[in-house]
Amino acid sequence: MSALTGIDFQIMWNRLIAVVEEQATTLIRTAFSTSVREAGDLSAGLFDRRGRMIAQAVTGTPGHVNAMAESVTHFVAEIGPQEMFEGDVLITNDPWLGTGHLHDITIVSPVFRKSMHIGYFACTAHVVDVGGRGFGPDGNEVYEEGLLIPIMKFAERGAVSKDLIRLIRSNVRTPDQTVGDIYSLAACNEAGERRLQSMLDEFGIDDIDALSDFIIEASRKATHAAIAEVPNGTFEHTMEVDGYEAPVHMSVRLEIDGDGLIADFEGTSGMSKFGVNCPEVYTRAYACYGLKCAIAPQVPNNTGSLEPFRITAPEGCILAAKRPAPVSVRHVMGHLVPDVVLGALHKALPNMVPAEGASALWNIQISSRAIDPLSGLPDREVLMFNSGGTGARPALDGLSATAFPSGVSTMSVEATEQVGPITVWRKDLREGSGGAGAQRGGLGQTIEIEAREGYDFYFNAMFDRVKNPARGRDGGLPGSAGRVELSDGSQLNSKGRQLVKNGQRLRLSLPGGGGYGAPGDRDPAHVAADLDAGLISQDQAKSDYGQDI
Amino acid sequence: MIPSSIRVGVDIGGTFTDVALSHSGGLSTCKVLTNYRHPEQAILDGISIAAEQAGVALTAIDQVIHGTTLVTNALIERRGAKLAFITTEGFRDVIEMRSENRFEQYDLNLSLPVPLVPRQHRLTLNERIGPAGEVLLPLDASEVEVMVRRVLDGGYEAVAIGLMHSYANDTHEVQMESALRAAAPDMSVSISSVIAPQMRELPRFNTVIANAYVQPQVADYLGRLVTRLREARVAAPVFMLHSGGGLISVETATEQPVRLLESGPAGGAIYAADFARAHGLDKVLSLDMGGTTAKICLIEDGRPKTANTFEVARTYRFKKGSGMTVSTPVVEMVEIGAGGGSIASIDTMGRIQVGPKSAGSEPGPACYQRGGEEPTVTDSNLLLGRLDPENFAGGAIPLSPAASDQAVALRLTQGTGSSTQEAAFGVTEMVDENMANAARVHTVENGRDIEHFTMVGFGGGAPLHACRLCEKLGIRELLIPPGAGVGSAIGFLKAPFSYEATRGMFQRLSDFDATAINEMLVELEAEAAAFVRAGAADARTRTQLTAFMRYSGQGWEIPVPLERKTFLTCDRETILSAFEEAYLTLFGRTIDGLACEITNWSLIVATVLPDVPKASRHDTGAPAEPIRSRRFFDAAERRMVDAQEVEREALSPGMSVDGPAVVVEQETTTIVTSAYRVIGQGDGSLLLRHKEGA
Repeated sequence: MSALTGIDFQIMWNRLIAVVEEQATTLIRTAFSTSVREAGDLSAGLFDRRGRMIAQAVTGTPGHVNAMAESVTHFVAEIGPQEMFEGDVLITNDPWLGTGHLHDITIVSPVFRKSMHIGYFACTAHVVDVGGRGFGPDGNEVYEEGLLIPIMKFAERGAVSKDLIRLIRSNVRTPDQTVGDIYSLAACNEAGERRLQSMLDEFGIDDIDALSDFIIEASRKATHAAIAEVPNGTFEHTMEVDGYEAPVHMSVRLEIDGDGLIADFEGTSGMSKFGVNCPEVYTRAYACYGLKCAIAPQVPNNTGSLEPFRITAPEGCILAAKRPAPVSVRHVMGHLVPDVVLGALHKALPNMVPAEGASALWNIQISSRAIDPLSGLPDREVLMFNSGGTGARPALDGLSATAFPSGVSTMSVEATEQVGPITVWRKDLREGSGGAGAQRGGLGQTIEIEAREGYDFYFNAMFDRVKNPARGRDGGLPGSAGRVELSDGSQLNSKGRQLVKNGQRLRLSLPGGGGYGAPGDRDPAHVAADLDAGLISQDQAKSDYGQDI
Repeated sequence: MIPSSIRVGVDIGGTFTDVALSHSGGLSTCKVLTNYRHPEQAILDGISIAAEQAGVALTAIDQVIHGTTLVTNALIERRGAKLAFITTEGFRDVIEMRSENRFEQYDLNLSLPVPLVPRQHRLTLNERIGPAGEVLLPLDASEVEVMVRRVLDGGYEAVAIGLMHSYANDTHEVQMESALRAAAPDMSVSISSVIAPQMRELPRFNTVIANAYVQPQVADYLGRLVTRLREARVAAPVFMLHSGGGLISVETATEQPVRLLESGPAGGAIYAADFARAHGLDKVLSLDMGGTTAKICLIEDGRPKTANTFEVARTYRFKKGSGMTVSTPVVEMVEIGAGGGSIASIDTMGRIQVGPKSAGSEPGPACYQRGGEEPTVTDSNLLLGRLDPENFAGGAIPLSPAASDQAVALRLTQGTGSSTQEAAFGVTEMVDENMANAARVHTVENGRDIEHFTMVGFGGGAPLHACRLCEKLGIRELLIPPGAGVGSAIGFLKAPFSYEATRGMFQRLSDFDATAINEMLVELEAEAAAFVRAGAADARTRTQLTAFMRYSGQGWEIPVPLERKTFLTCDRETILSAFEEAYLTLFGRTIDGLACEITNWSLIVATVLPDVPKASRHDTGAPAEPIRSRRFFDAAERRMVDAQEVEREALSPGMSVDGPAVVVEQETTTIVTSAYRVIGQGDGSLLLRHKEGA
C-alpha cells in the first residue's frame, strides 16, 4: 500500500472512536453495579506507548474524563515499560492514581504487535462493592472505605494472579460480582485490542505512533484555537456549598492568556472529616468538563484536547484531598465544581454559560430492614439516582429534573418497587422550584418514599444545596433550596445515615436551578404558559414576574 | 395464503408510495408520488397502474396489504389529537422527566423532547396498585366521576390512561375506561394495560399516549382507505403490516395504531429475509441505504431480529436518547444518517464529517444542479467514477461532475492541498466507515461475529457501497436482490399474519410460580391467536415464547426463547439453563451463584410461511459480455482501476464478471471491487463473492 495520507488518519481516528465506544457499551451491558449501568460510571480508552490518551468513549461520566487519561501514566511510571509483557493485565483502585475513590477499578492492558509494545487499552468502572464501610460518606480515613489495590499485575503473561483474586474475594461483600466485573473490564480491553489489530492489518502499519501524533496535534491545535477566542484576563469566582460538617467555600481563579488557560482553586476550604473530599484528579476532571463544554465541546477527548486546560488545586484543600483522607462520595463536591468554574468563565464570556444548577446528584441508598428480625423477611438494598433542576441558559430555560454535569439516568419506579420493599408515592416535578429569570431555572422534583409492610428503612443522605441554593445569573433569582424531611414536616439531616420507620414517609424536595436574566424581562407568554402548566404558582407569577394573570 | 391469489402490497414512504402486485404471471410494481393530504389517493392510483400493467381487474384482487410511515410522521410532526393523559397521583411528570439524563453530554444548549401531552392535560387519580398487583390505595367511584367530568369539560378528542403497575392489575384502568366510555361512547380511549402491558412506567405511558395521540387520525385514514377501495371496486380485505413484521387486520390496526410505527422499514427487512430463505442463508445482515439514512438489521434463520422497545421521533437526528421510547414489538434496526444525500463538511480539526444532515431529493446533491451547493455522498461517488453522469436513474437525471467538483473544492479541499478526488474518496470512506461501525456494534451487541454473515443490500445506495462495506467487515458474500426499488412493498407480500402479546410479571426464579405463569400464558395465547385468526382463520400457526430475564441486581433483561408448554415447578432448571445459554451467547460468560429473575413475557402467534422456492445457486460462471470499460476509484487499492461495465440483464444465472466491475440497471448501480466477483443467480439476484472464496 502507498504511504498513509491524512484521509487514512482521519478514517483510523473515526474507527478508534468506534472501537472505544464498543468497549464502553460492552462494559455497560455486562456490569453488575447500578452506577455503571444507569449512570455510565465508567470509561474506556486507547493510549499510545508513552501513555498519552488517543481516543476515549463518549459513553461514560465526565468524572472519568481526565482521571483515566492521567492514570495510565502512573502505571507506566510504576511498572515500567520494560516490565510489561504480552498477556499482562494491570490493575488499581488507588483513588489518587485512578479515578478518585476505591469503588472505581481501573484496568490497563498493554498492547503488543509483532512482539513490540505499541500502546495500552484502559478502562474504569464503578464496582458493586470494595468492602470497608460500603458506599457512603461516614468513613474518616480511606482505610475504612475498603480494600485498596495498589498498581500491580492482575495477570502476567496471561496468567491471572490467583492470590489477588482470593484477596479480593475475601474482602468484599459481593465477591462474584466484584471479581466478575474485573474480568469484564479485562475482556473489554481485549475486545478493543482485537479491533485495533485488525485495523492495523487493514492499513498495513505496525505501530500507532504517527496516528497518535496526528490525533493529538490536531486536537491540541483545535483546542488552543478555541481557547484563543476567549478574551484574555484573570477571572475569579467563588461559591458556598453545604459540605458535610461545615460549609465549603469554593474559589477559583481562571487565567486566560492567548491560547493558554489555567484554573486554580487556591482559597478553597480545607478537607472534611468525612468522605466528601475530592482527590485533585477528580476535581480536574469536572473542572475541565465544565470548561470544555463551553469552550471546545466538539473536540474529542484525548491528551491533546485535555492538556490545554491546566487545572490545579492546592494540596490539602477539599478539592485536592491528601492521603489518607476519606473520599468515598467525592462526587458530591466534584459535581459542584463546574458551577464555580463556569461562573468564572461567565466573566470572560458573558451570555455563554448557564446559571448554577442543583448539580450534585441526589442519590439515595436505601437499606430495607425487617421490623422484626425474626420475621424472616430478607434485607434489601435499593439505589436510586435523582436529579434536581439545571441552571437557566442565556437563551433557554433550565432543564427540569435532569442531571448536569453528571451523565446519570434514573430508574423506573416500577422496577425499583419490584426489587425493594418500598412504595414510592411520588416522583414528580417540584412546582415553583425553578429560579425566576428571563430564562427560568429547571425545576427540581419531589420524591416520597414509604417502607412496605413489615419493614423500616435506613437511607444514606448525601445531599447538597439544602443551605445554599443554586444562584441565578445576570439578575436571575436562585432556585429553591433542597429539603429533607418527613411528610409530616419534621426535618431530617441532609448528610448521613438515618432511619425512617414504618408508617412514616420520607420526603425529598430536590433543588431547582437558578434563573438567568431579570425575571421582569421574561416573555409574558412564557410566564402564562408556566402558570398554565403549573410550573409556577399564581403568587410567583405576581411576586417574581409582576404579572397578575 | 392461496398461491394463485392476487395480492397487492402498498408502502407509503416520505417521497414515494410503492406498489407491488403479485399475480399468477409474476410481479408488477410501480412508484407514485406520496399524496400528503389524501394518502389513499396515491394508493388507488398506484394499484390501478400496477393492475393495468399486470392485466388484472381491480375486482379480482384478493388482498391489500398496507404499511406506512404516516403514523411515525404524525408523531414527529405533532399532528395528533387533543389528548388528556390520566395517571396516578404523584406520577404526572413521568413522561416529562424521562430518564433524567442528557443524550448529548457536551451541549450546554441542549433541548429535551417536548412531551406529547402538555402538563396541564396530564390529570391524576388518587389510587395506587403495588408491584404484585395488590391495591395500595383503592380508586374511589366519586374520584372517577370527577375525572369523567374534567375530561368532558376539557374538550378532549382522545384519552390515554396509564396507571402505576397496571400490567400487574388492570382493574383501575378498566374502571376509568368504562366510566369514560359510558359517558362518551365516541371518545377514543386507550389504556396501557391493553396497549403495552409491560413493567416500566416510562415506556408504557409513552406507548399508550402515542397510541391515543394518533388513533383518531389513523382510524379516519384507514376508514377512508377502505371506503375508497370499495368504491373503486377493490372488495379485498385490507391488512396492515405491523412494526414487528407481521400482518394484522385493519380493525386491530385502528385500535392499536402504535403497532404500525415502523411498518415500512419492517417490510424491507422481510424482503431481505425472503431472499435469505430462498438462498438458504441463516445468518444475514441486511443493509437498506437510501437518500438520507441507512438501516441495518440482523436476519437469522430467515427471520428479522425483533425487539420489544424502540425509540421513535428522535429530535436530534439519530441520536440515541433524543426520542421517545415506546414498548411495542418491532423489527430491530439500527438507523444512521448515511445516504446518498448525506452532506460532507470539515470540522474544526480538519476532519471530513459525513451526515447526518442530508440534502434529500430537494435541492439534492450538487450534481443534480437544483440549487444544492453542498457536497454529498452522491457527488463523491460521481467524482470517483462509481456513477455514470449520463445514466443516473436511467438517464432521467443528468448529473454534473463539474458541479460536484466545485462543491467539493469549495467546501472540503480549499486550502488543504488535497485534490477533489482525494476528498471524495475521504467522503465515501467516511460514510462506509460509519455504516461499518454501526453494523459491527450491532452484531457485537447481539453476541455475533460479523465475519460469518452474508450481506443483503437493497435501496438505491446499497449496491454502490455494500461491496466496500463487506471488505471493511470481512464479509465474503453479498447478495443484491432484484426489484430493490420497491423492496418494502414486496416484503409486505411475504409477511406472515402475526401478533405479539406481552405481559409484565415479575418473579424470582427461586419463587417460580408455574400456575400463575401458565394462566397468564393461556391468556396471552388466546389474545394473540384471536388477532391472527381474524386475518387467517384456518392457517397453520406457530407459537414463539420469550421470557425476559436477568441476574438479580442487573437493571436490564435479555430475551430468552422458551418452548411453549405448560410449565411445572421443576421446569425452573430448564428455564435457568435457557437463560444461561442466552447470557453466554451475548456476554461470553455466566456468573455462578447469582439468583436470576423474570420480568416480562412475550408470546407471538404467527402463521407458518409457505416454503420459499429455493433459488438455484451459482458460485462461479461463464464470463458475461461487458458493454465497455470504464474507470472507478477502488477504495481498498487507493487508485482508479479499469473496470468492466455490464448490464444487469447480461448477468443471467450462471454468468459472471470479475471485479473491478460495474453492473448497471435502470434503478441503481452495483460496484464490484477488485477483490470480488459477481455471479448472476437463478432468481435474478447478484451474488458478489470474495475472489479468495467464502
